[in-house]
Amino acid sequence: MTELTIYELSQSGRTGVQFPEPDVPLSPLPEAFEREGINLPELSEQDVIRHFTKLSQRNYAIDTGFYPLGSCTMKYNPKINEVVSRLPGFANTHPLQPIVSVQGNLYLMYQLQEWLQEISGFHRVCLTPAAGAHGEFVGALIIKKYHQVNRDPKRVKILIPDSAHGTNPATSSMSGFKVIPLPSDERGNVDIEALKAECDDTLAGLMLTNPNTLGLFEENVVEVIQLVHDAGGLVYGDGANLNALLGILRPGDVGFDIMHFNLHKTFSTPHGGGGPGSGPVGVSQALAEFLPSPIVTIIEEGDEELPPFFGFYYPKHTIGRMKAFYGHFGVHVRAYTYIAMHGPEGLRDIGEKAVLNANYLMTKVMKDYHLPYNRSCMHEFVVEGSWADIPNVHALDISKRLMDYGFHPPTNYFPLIVHEALMIEPTETESKQTLDAFAKALAAIAKEAREDPTKLTGAPFTTPIGRCDEVKAARDLVLCCYIPEE
Amino acid sequence: MFTPHTPQEINEMLKVIGVDKIEDLFQSVPEKYRFPKLDIAAPLSEMEVAAELGEIASANASTDDFISFLGAGAYDHYIPAVVDMLLRRGEFYTAYTPYQPEVSQGTLQAIFEFQSLMSELTGMDVSNASHYDGATATAEAANMAFHIFRGKRKKILVSRTVNPQYRETIRTYMQGQENVQVTGDESDTSFDNDTQQLIDKIDNNTAVVLVQYPDFFGRIIDYTKLVNAAHEQGTLVAFVFNPTALGLLKPPGAFDADIAVGDGQPLGIPLSFGGPYLGIFTTKEKHLRKLAGRLVGETVDDSGNRAYVLTLTAREQHIRREKSTSNICTNQGLMALAATIYLSALGKSGFKQVANLCYQKAHYAADQISSLEGYELAFKETPFFHEFVIKTPKPVNQINLHLQNHWILGGYDLSQDYPELENHMLIAVTEKISKDDIDEFVMALEEVAHD
Amino acid sequence: MKTPAGLKYAKTDEWIKLEGNEAVLGISDYAQDQLSDVVYVEFMVDVDDQVSKGDAVATVESVKAASDVNFPASGTVIAINEDLIDAPELLNSDPYEGGWMVKILLDDPSELDDLLDAEGYEAYNEEREG
Repeated sequence: MTELTIYELSQSGRTGVQFPEPDVPLSPLPEAFEREGINLPELSEQDVIRHFTKLSQRNYAIDTGFYPLGSCTMKYNPKINEVVSRLPGFANTHPLQPIVSVQGNLYLMYQLQEWLQEISGFHRVCLTPAAGAHGEFVGALIIKKYHQVNRDPKRVKILIPDSAHGTNPATSSMSGFKVIPLPSDERGNVDIEALKAECDDTLAGLMLTNPNTLGLFEENVVEVIQLVHDAGGLVYGDGANLNALLGILRPGDVGFDIMHFNLHKTFSTPHGGGGPGSGPVGVSQALAEFLPSPIVTIIEEGDEELPPFFGFYYPKHTIGRMKAFYGHFGVHVRAYTYIAMHGPEGLRDIGEKAVLNANYLMTKVMKDYHLPYNRSCMHEFVVEGSWADIPNVHALDISKRLMDYGFHPPTNYFPLIVHEALMIEPTETESKQTLDAFAKALAAIAKEAREDPTKLTGAPFTTPIGRCDEVKAARDLVLCCYIPEE
Repeated sequence: MFTPHTPQEINEMLKVIGVDKIEDLFQSVPEKYRFPKLDIAAPLSEMEVAAELGEIASANASTDDFISFLGAGAYDHYIPAVVDMLLRRGEFYTAYTPYQPEVSQGTLQAIFEFQSLMSELTGMDVSNASHYDGATATAEAANMAFHIFRGKRKKILVSRTVNPQYRETIRTYMQGQENVQVTGDESDTSFDNDTQQLIDKIDNNTAVVLVQYPDFFGRIIDYTKLVNAAHEQGTLVAFVFNPTALGLLKPPGAFDADIAVGDGQPLGIPLSFGGPYLGIFTTKEKHLRKLAGRLVGETVDDSGNRAYVLTLTAREQHIRREKSTSNICTNQGLMALAATIYLSALGKSGFKQVANLCYQKAHYAADQISSLEGYELAFKETPFFHEFVIKTPKPVNQINLHLQNHWILGGYDLSQDYPELENHMLIAVTEKISKDDIDEFVMALEEVAHD
Repeated sequence: MKTPAGLKYAKTDEWIKLEGNEAVLGISDYAQDQLSDVVYVEFMVDVDDQVSKGDAVATVESVKAASDVNFPASGTVIAINEDLIDAPELLNSDPYEGGWMVKILLDDPSELDDLLDAEGYEAYNEEREG
């Protein structure tokens, strides 16, 4: 079943939203630069509403069902977030307005900075990075600049566990570092001996995700960080899995020097079908002056009568500006609202329930699926999506079959160190009933794999479209709508 | 708050797991640091938080309160009702990256349509699924050019009339590469002759030249000679464009630009104090493989139905890892959807109307203001689109202070970024501004000149 | 899995055919199978370029992976197989003949001495799979 594109729906001469005639005397147009024509579709407003409404109905989303994408933290997105972020007092403020006219915005950003600092145990937070990977880039650049300022140019190595998200090595390369992968041991922790072997005076730093992408808490985290520090390196924390640590552990307390947050994961701001996210970065006191610019600060302290006056400052050794303006303010509003609604007990409840749900689901799922690291997990866990005695059924097939059961599949083929990986993160907003239904579906699929594997290899059968020819997509590249000639 | 567990359910779950209490699940967390007390405000109910946010918002003045003539990278355009209505659909905004195409055709087709619209708008061959914003898209253009030459060309030339924040961002991004020179925007560049001065700096060590269209001062410049000079040296040219302007003006593709980037905020995205916005990244087909970011391609499913999938994913970070040229993962999906809906709703006719209204109103404003004593249109000889520079009789911040008393937000003070442009104001006019608004602005400007 | 005799093989899954001082390079059947459908080949070198031992001469992309193809010796590039640009699938269908990638004039043929022969490579593959 195909939905036509906006170009296919277009009818020559049809108009949609229109604007009035100019109310000013006319000036001549710049002939030399005038565009010959612009081929945008011609649709009525109703066409637009129907088209995009129908498109939305072809999507699965958190609002329609369970979405256990590991490491993405697909938790419920509170609707109050959508209401407050649209308040005209926020949505209609121009970033270059005089700061006296946006003290509300600056107060909110300052408070969010303070809260994130407190939650994670870091000294200072910068809200500007646009997404997790952007925040990672900040982390890598800070490490680089720190060593530069300390005149330690031979520190070119960044150590990255082999379970890490691809953005970690990509970011390190972008920052001019040499990437050294670190193996994991049988318990899924960083291999300490391998780490020790790399701790020399060419070590710039370690990028560590804790809990790691296997959903496991790094059991030797204090020792690992100490080793890197003793060798003169810095430790960057990938905060994608922070959901497991809310109210449980503050990464700054165990020695992380830098960490990025994913507001669109941990702090419930919506994923948007691929963004916008927001990736603030927190640092220890020693690194505060390296943060990107600008950061919100109190310019004039308040007193009993007046509130403080807020403005921006540019850290002394700043790595520079990461993007225009101040970051994704619309997302900051949502994260602020979320934290304000939870308070300290609410945040700890998130950490506890996220881990409770994951362990509960893991206990049920491991009956039918091999669990490579058999220990208590944090907020997510990884199982193998294959059985040695059924060689033609793969993790991909299990994922596709899950769609017929009404569920979004877990993350596939990541982390790379688990064969046919299925990474499952339920999040704390899911009920026991949902988890039971999901476990039941996985058990049924395991049975089908044995009795009638074509139910898996031919799946999905009940979705708007079936499996796609990805080879054709890459070989016969079509990246734009076909637009009929005028 | 949003956790649904009843005490009974918790007990049942703990039993199944085989532990006595929830705390038992955290044995691997070092005891010394476990369960910290967080010093943050006590929780608020939804009703209370709504009131609190309302109060915070009311401590701001917005473009609802002021007539705004501020541009400089963010523009106050009218957003049709259909955009937000559709964006609020949970199926769109609570979905994530469309890794499983069978259940994500909504997102995938919308992005495919976005790519098509951006390609048409800019006259370029291909567009990606979005970048963070105009500044980062510009920085990635420089980065991409650097990689196209495999690091053999180390000079990146950028015009001084490219948005100052964008130029800063390029420098931040390129600091990770050895011996790369970002140059061309020296403070001795004169604005009468800046394009030629830039052309004179192109050599065979230059990977890319970046120019803005219209430039930061709103001027429409003919870059034909620059493009030719660059191509003669094998150098790439990247245009930083304003999307509304392309409703009226020849697109970058018509100038044979190699890369065209910009910010799509004017396309149905609110000002929102600077973000989230929308990075647009387009290029020629031959550079497709070095293009950072996601791409949606058309294919068929196993029954022959047309379908959309993420494609050429082997370029990206999750596969190439340290060998990928960029690390971007989450981008601006929902904002790209907003732009797609905006352009679909306005269509060919509506979008041209908006561009024309911006042009006409800006020119009326420029005429009226420059006829005032003490005020002069800078760059008189150069055509402009919807932004222009006025030389003012007093410092811009003084004038703006006075304007605020008239509930007017004046233009941008250029001396902040260009020290030699003391008393120069960058004024933007969009379709939302009426003739009466402009006349009020002119009267207020006249008043302040005489104070 | 085909492993023609008379060729030399690297543990990184490239094959070399020696013709006097000239070496032709491609990827093995094992490699193309691991990659699955190849969608794109990018050459990192042009004719007349100098390569050093271990340099990447091309990148091969499939739907799920991207791999560098490295040359295990030093020399000068004499030819590249441009057919692969329009028909990358040749690497899957004909990895040893039509899917040849580059031809290089060797500086020192003895650099290839520590490569495996067909038997050695087959044994190595069995070891990997086990």
